[in-house]
Amino acid sequence: MPAPEPAPNRPGRLVGADSEQATSSATSAAELQAGQFGNAAATTEPSPEPAQRRRRRKAGVLFYSCLAWLVLVVVVAITAPWLPIPGPDAIDIPNRQAPPFTAGHLLGTDGLGRDIASRLAYGARVSLIISIAAVVTGIVVGGTLGMVVGYFRGRIETVVMAAVDVILAFPALVLLLALVAFVGQSLTAITAVIAFVSIPFYARVARATTLAVSQREYVLAAGLLGARTRRILFREIMPNVILPVAAFGLIALGVVIVLEGSLAFLGLSVQAPAATWGSMIAEGRRYLDSDAHIALIPSVVMFLTVLSLNFVGDVLRSRFDVREANL
Amino acid sequence: MAGSGTAHLRDREDIVLSVEDLVVEFPLGGGRKVHAVSSVSFDLAEGETLGLVGESGCGKSTTGRAVMQVPRPTGGSVRLRGADLTGLSGEALRRTRTQLQMIFQDPISSLNPRRKVRDIIGEGLSIWRPDADAAESRKRVDELLDAVGLDPETSGDRRAHQFSGGQCQRICIARSLVLDPDVLICDEPVSALDVSVQAQILNLLEDMKARYGLTMLFIAHDLAVVKNISDRVAVMYLGKICEVGTADAVYARPAHPYTNALLASVPRPDPEARAPSAPLEGDVPSPIDPPSGCRFRTRCPKAQERCAAEEPLVREIGPDHFIACHFPVDAPEAPASLDERSTAASSS
Amino acid sequence: MTPIAAAGSASRPGGPEGGGPLLEVRDLHTLFDTPRGIVRAVDGVSIAVDRGRTLGIVGESGSGKTVLSRSVMNLLPKRAALPADGEILFEERDLRALTNKQMREYWGPQLAMVFQDPMTSLNPVVKIGRQITEALREHLDLGRKEAQVQAVDLLRSVGIPAPERRLAEYPHQLSGGMRQRVTIAIALSCSPKLLLADEPTTALDVTVQAQILDLLARQQQERHMSMVLVTHDLGVVANRTDEIAVMYAGQIVEKAPTRTLFRSMRHPYTEALMRSIPRIENPSHTRLDAIPGRPPDLAKLPVGCRFAPRCANAQPRCLEENPPLFTDDEPRHEFRCFFPVGTPAGDEARQRNARAGRTAAGIDMSTLTKASA
Repeated sequence: MPAPEPAPNRPGRLVGADSEQATSSATSAAELQAGQFGNAAATTEPSPEPAQRRRRRKAGVLFYSCLAWLVLVVVVAITAPWLPIPGPDAIDIPNRQAPPFTAGHLLGTDGLGRDIASRLAYGARVSLIISIAAVVTGIVVGGTLGMVVGYFRGRIETVVMAAVDVILAFPALVLLLALVAFVGQSLTAITAVIAFVSIPFYARVARATTLAVSQREYVLAAGLLGARTRRILFREIMPNVILPVAAFGLIALGVVIVLEGSLAFLGLSVQAPAATWGSMIAEGRRYLDSDAHIALIPSVVMFLTVLSLNFVGDVLRSRFDVREANL
Repeated sequence: MAGSGTAHLRDREDIVLSVEDLVVEFPLGGGRKVHAVSSVSFDLAEGETLGLVGESGCGKSTTGRAVMQVPRPTGGSVRLRGADLTGLSGEALRRTRTQLQMIFQDPISSLNPRRKVRDIIGEGLSIWRPDADAAESRKRVDELLDAVGLDPETSGDRRAHQFSGGQCQRICIARSLVLDPDVLICDEPVSALDVSVQAQILNLLEDMKARYGLTMLFIAHDLAVVKNISDRVAVMYLGKICEVGTADAVYARPAHPYTNALLASVPRPDPEARAPSAPLEGDVPSPIDPPSGCRFRTRCPKAQERCAAEEPLVREIGPDHFIACHFPVDAPEAPASLDERSTAASSS
Repeated sequence: MTPIAAAGSASRPGGPEGGGPLLEVRDLHTLFDTPRGIVRAVDGVSIAVDRGRTLGIVGESGSGKTVLSRSVMNLLPKRAALPADGEILFEERDLRALTNKQMREYWGPQLAMVFQDPMTSLNPVVKIGRQITEALREHLDLGRKEAQVQAVDLLRSVGIPAPERRLAEYPHQLSGGMRQRVTIAIALSCSPKLLLADEPTTALDVTVQAQILDLLARQQQERHMSMVLVTHDLGVVANRTDEIAVMYAGQIVEKAPTRTLFRSMRHPYTEALMRSIPRIENPSHTRLDAIPGRPPDLAKLPVGCRFAPRCANAQPRCLEENPPLFTDDEPRHEFRCFFPVGTPAGDEARQRNARAGRTAAGIDMSTLTKASA
């Protein structure tokens, strides 16, 4: 921590910054102290004093509304075929470009008279399938790769990380476009392509965490007890790497949804007439002047979903980080 | 290498661990290397505790880890009941090494935060006896938890972050004992703990040593702590041994100027005692380019030309009391080296 | 050091009028609002430091000693710490009433601090010379040249060889001991009246520790400075302080002139702490008297005496009532205990517990200190 002595003595421009530093370092010391108290308190149940309750509630409202929105999206996506809505491709010519709250069309219809609510629900299926599959694949492949090279180091690490850097150096969207042009536009192909593009990110997170975890003495202790490499990787390292990677994946879900939207907007996602949020926005573009809701509603849905994912991911990650810091 | 010598190694039946001319070097690139441990020798007899003491950077922790073969030493031998660990590899090393176990300085970083205490302690059993009866393993783990002073019922299913530093160190001790090792290497096991907790852990280590028949290598920088727990003490400076002997001899009659300086620096909790004054000037030289001859000569109040030219070998100056110094305090000067004597003899 | 320090306090040239203590802390409470509740890090602490004297504050981690020294320096984070209760009087002026700007004028010429880790208190990307001269030029209105000369003198006075060359170096180029010397040089640069040293030697090796403690003592004498030495090590304060305050769980449990404290300690915690230290004079394998258990949670303090759950003298009264500070025959010797060590009441309490086999808090006497048998 910066000595307080020089702080008052620096030229004016620096004083503010310095005292800021001093304050933050003092904070960390106080937190350290608090951490120690925390350890001491482990066996007793801490009494919920005002601060605790206040903080929990403050984090609560936003967090739970975001969570509620995500649950809603997931439930609607899963139950779409059984919901009392028209089919996503059912065309209701008389009610073309109907505004929201038209009878039979809660959120109105698009330019072809298809029900927007229904297309959103079925679009959610595509978005969810692609994003979850891509993220899970990314976590499994990228996470394993990062963990393995982070543990063994050496030449394999150099090679893999060089490949990762090469992929990262490409603009993601351009790479996506090239790959989609190559493998086609099926659901599987789109998922695979997005997963492939995201692997380097997971590999980096996993490798960095593994490097730190491998230094911990419990890894050495396991080796001294006779644990073989595989056991060390799976029992000692993986449980400590998987949480940061998964927390990253939660935030990446949002990115993937936007990415899929971008592809759809460019007409390169799952083939029409299948609904996706991105293609809905793209098609609604034509009616922006007269019937903005056709593009606006899917945009808002996508916005809220990505925002909720980021927020929930952030909260979960910070909660997890605090626990890590307390150790 | 003009070593620190092996005169202090004992030729006895009951030597459990014998380390001879241990060398650990870390390459830095460009041909330079860190001389972390340079030709260190010591041995441990059955049931004995050897304290390895020195300041930070003297190579004491590296020595402890090199004994465990992490990392593999650059040279020398580590014999556990006659079997040279440096010659073993793979499965043989994995099996033999379980006879040696280690406790570390940071008890919290020594425990996997994602595992329960019972799993952490039982790890050794589940590695070596995967088919053993679960109830039996659990009994063994609970017995160890109880032995280190933790209640198996309340603490067995918790995770490390729910314990204080002292309790974590107890868990580490229990883990290290699960495979009934012969030798326990303690690397600064109490320096991260508060004074009152430190005493608890030191007492516990003594109890465990008696109960499980352990031989211990106790590495620490705190001279009082080392004296309290050790039968014999080895003082290290910049990768070399300076002085070895029974704890009482080394502390009562320190003969090496460095041991003297260390002991004079220790603050004593007694206002009537003379305030320790700083007997040494300057800092420890870099282990990348250590001084020639005696490595302590750059800070030694008694250094002479001979100290730069010729490295002192370990020699006996009293019953079980050895030093590596040409001009010791209160002890006879080292005889001229063999080379000099032989050249003198041939010329005459 | 004691006699010289005392002489310094008597003949301090140009010192402000008034014979009162330089620093006086009265009934200070520093509380933290944490998710786990209100943490009472400093709970009713009063200390006084006379001019030219050294006060040692001893305690284990979580005892509140660091928070106390930071409270005095006004260095606590505003958002975590609740408004402190009590007074911090420096030359009879309450530091807590000062604005941040006024406080900055105090840092340096009035109060200065040395921290445990020198690397964190030095700016890693600024050369040592600039870190020292900035302080000098700001507070003492020196020109660049004069400040440079003074900086060299300062570095030489704290025992740094070749000081001219060091000015152009960065902190990471120095060893730990040298860095701590630099932070001391910076702290001393404006000749503070009070130096707070928070564990200044804990991160250092024992031979370097002796060098740094010598340096601090010498500088204190030469500058007639007052000093607060915060540490966990009774050995460090035994020879280098005039007075010692022992802290436990946010409170001072015993305070006395150094010799008095070591000669006749009254609080069972002080006694137990002394007994738990391994002594270099004792033969190997001397059984240590460990203190069972651990300090209380500062967010959930026990009703009675905070040390009672670990104390060999604990009686039923100790579990119900938190003892105030008592004074002994010697007026400067204060302790927070109903049954003090070395008094008839304390001896009787311990014997009663020994006969019962357990203390009032239920601790088995055989696990406790074997003292006074």
